[in-house]
Amino acid sequence: MSETALAGQKSPTARSIFSALQLDTRFLGMIGAFIVLCLVFNVFTDGRFLTPRNIFNLTIQTVSVAIMATGMVFVIVTRHIDLSVGSVLATIAAVMAVVQTDFLPDILGLGHPATWILAILAGIVVGVLIGAFQGWTIGYLSIPAFIVTLGGLLVWRNVAWFITSGQTIGPLDDTFTMIGGIGGTMGETGSWIFGILAVAAALWLQVASRRRKASHGFPVKPAWAEITMAVISTCAILGFVWVLNAYDIPKARLQRIFEASGETLPEGLTMGYGIPYSVVLLIVVAIVMTMVARRTRLGRYIFATGGNPDAAELSGINTRLLTVKVFAIMGGLAALAAAVAAARLGFSTNDIGTLDELRVIAAAVIGGTALAGGVGTIYGAILGALIMQSLQSGMAMVGVDAPLQNIVVGTVLVLAVLVDIIYRKRTGD
Amino acid sequence: MATPLVELKDMCIAFGGVQAVDHVSVDLFPGEVVGLLGHNGAGKSTLIKMLSGAYKADAGEIRIDGKEVHIHSPRDARAHNIETIYQTLALADNLDAASNLFLGRELTSPLGFVDDDAMEAETRKIMGRLNSNFSKFHAPVKALSGGQRQSVAIARAVYFNAKILIMDEPTAALGVHETQMVADLIQELKKQGLGIFLISHDIHDVFQLCDRIAVMKNGQLVGTARTSDVTDDDVLGMIILGKCPPGAVPGPGAFVEDVPAG
Repeated sequence: MSETALAGQKSPTARSIFSALQLDTRFLGMIGAFIVLCLVFNVFTDGRFLTPRNIFNLTIQTVSVAIMATGMVFVIVTRHIDLSVGSVLATIAAVMAVVQTDFLPDILGLGHPATWILAILAGIVVGVLIGAFQGWTIGYLSIPAFIVTLGGLLVWRNVAWFITSGQTIGPLDDTFTMIGGIGGTMGETGSWIFGILAVAAALWLQVASRRRKASHGFPVKPAWAEITMAVISTCAILGFVWVLNAYDIPKARLQRIFEASGETLPEGLTMGYGIPYSVVLLIVVAIVMTMVARRTRLGRYIFATGGNPDAAELSGINTRLLTVKVFAIMGGLAALAAAVAAARLGFSTNDIGTLDELRVIAAAVIGGTALAGGVGTIYGAILGALIMQSLQSGMAMVGVDAPLQNIVVGTVLVLAVLVDIIYRKRTGD
Repeated sequence: MATPLVELKDMCIAFGGVQAVDHVSVDLFPGEVVGLLGHNGAGKSTLIKMLSGAYKADAGEIRIDGKEVHIHSPRDARAHNIETIYQTLALADNLDAASNLFLGRELTSPLGFVDDDAMEAETRKIMGRLNSNFSKFHAPVKALSGGQRQSVAIARAVYFNAKILIMDEPTAALGVHETQMVADLIQELKKQGLGIFLISHDIHDVFQLCDRIAVMKNGQLVGTARTSDVTDDDVLGMIILGKCPPGAVPGPGAFVEDVPAG
C-alpha cells in the first residue's frame, strides 16, 4: 500500500501540487464541505447566511464548544473520552458566578476592576482540579474514562445545582461579560492592528521554518508553494477581520454608548464591531494547544500513547500521570469555555452547557480525531465545531423544524465519520 | 576472570500463582552474545523484561559491572545503558521515525520545545549507517515495511550508546537480506564491546551469532553452554527434554536421569 502511495506522488497531478504545498488534503476536504454548506444555506436563506452579522454571530456561538473541542482532541487521542464536559462547565460557571456576585463584592466591593479575572482564575482552578481528579481515577484506579465521565455527567450537573440552589445567578460583572462575545469587541482599528500583527506572525513563522529546514540541509518547499501559502494565509486573516469589521454596531446601541460617556452621536457615524475578545481567546487557546501538541514533550507523549500505549510505557513515559494531565487540561479549557458561555448569557443558569459534551465530541470527531487514538488536530476540531454550529444555526434560519434539526445533526455526525473511514482506507493513512 | 557486564542472580517472578521465572541466574560479558533459548512460555522474554524494566522482579539481584542495581522502570534500565529491541518493536505507529527513535528522550531547543529538525538530522545520520535505503523520514512508521520498522527499532537501541543490548526475536519478521543486515550489525556491536542478550527460536541463527547459550524450560534454567562445546542436537535436547549434555553447565531446571533411589 505504501509503495503505491509513493508512486502516486511522482505523477504530475493535482496531488503533487498539494504535496508540494504540504497541505493536509483531509483538512482541505473539510474546508470544501464547509464552504458548500455555507453556500447552500446562503441560497436557502436568500443571502442572509453569509452576511457580516450572521458570520459574527456564528463565530461567537462557536467559541465555547471550540475551546473545549481542542482539549477533547487530547482526550480522544489518548484513547479516552470525556462525557462530563457540559456538566463540568455548569459547575464552573456556577462557581464563577457565585464568586463574582457573592464573595468578591463582600471583600472587594461591587464592580471592583479585578473581579472578572479573579472569578475566571477561581473557575480555572476548580476546572483543573475536577479534571485532574477524574484523570486520576482513570489513570491510577484504572476505571474506564467512559464510566468515570458518565458518572461525572450526573455528578457535576447537580453539583452546579447545589452551588446555586437551582437559581439563576446574575447579572454578572460588567467586565466579565465582555468575554462573552457581542459585549466585548476590539473595534475596527484594534481589529486591523490585530490582523496585521497576525499576518506578520504567520509570515515570520513561515520564513523561520524554511530557514531552519535549510540550515539542516532538508528539502524545502518550492518558492512558488511558499508564496502561495503566504498569500492564502494573509488573505484569510485580513478577510476575516474585514468581515467582522463590516458588521456595524446598531445605531441605537451606538447612541447609548455615546450617551454613557456624556457625548452625542455625530451624524452619519458608523462603527463596526470588529473581533470579539472571545474569538481572540479561542485563537490564543488554539495556538497554545497546537504548540503543546507539536512542540512539547507532553504533546509528543500524548500522541505516542494514543498510537501505542505499550510502546509509550516501554519508552519510559508515565502514561498514568499523562492521563491526569490530559484531563486536567480538559478541565482548564472547560473553565475558559464556561467563562465565555456564562458571559455570553450574562447569567449562570442551571442548564448551561447541556449537551455540550456531545457537541464537543462531535466537533473533535468531525475534525478528524480518530476514536481509535493517536490521530487528531487542533485546527480540525475548531473547524469541526464551526461546521456543527453552522449546520445548527443555518437550519434554524432556514426554518427547519426543531426535531428535524437534531435528526440532521446526528446523521451528519455519523456520515462524517463514515466519509473519514473511507478516506483513510483509500489513502492508507 | 573479568567482572561480568551483567549478572542476573536467582531472578524470580510469578503472575497470579504461576512461577514464570524461577531462580534463574545468567551472566553476560562485554563483547559477548548470549542466546536465550526455550519453548514459547519458557520464561525467556519474562526474564529479560525484568532487566529492561518492563516487569519488576519478585526476588533476585541484578548486578551491572559488579555493582547491584535496582531496576523498577524502563527509565531505570535506560539510565544503566540497557536498551531493548522488543519482539513487537514497541513503536508508536502514528509517529515518524525520528519521533520514535527519540521517544522518551526528545532533543529540545533552549526554550524547552521539542526540536524536530535536530532529531530528524540525527535520525538521517544513524539510518544512513544502518540502512542506507531508508528514505521515508516523514511518514508514520506504520507506512514502513517490516525491515524498515525493524531498523528504526534497532537505531533507537544503538543510538544512545547502549552497553547492554537485549534483542527479542530480532529477525523473526525479516527477509533474508534484512536478517543478514541484523547479523552484521550484531558482529559490529560485539566488536565495540557491547554485551548482547539474544532471544531466538532459530537454532541456525543462534549458532551463527552467539558465543554462549542459556536454555530455559518451565521458568527454570536448564543449563548454559558455549556454542563451541555443544551440537545442534544437544541444544534441541536441552530445549525439548531439559537434558543437559556433557559440554554444558547444568542449572536448577536440568532433567536428571539417574535419580538415586530413595
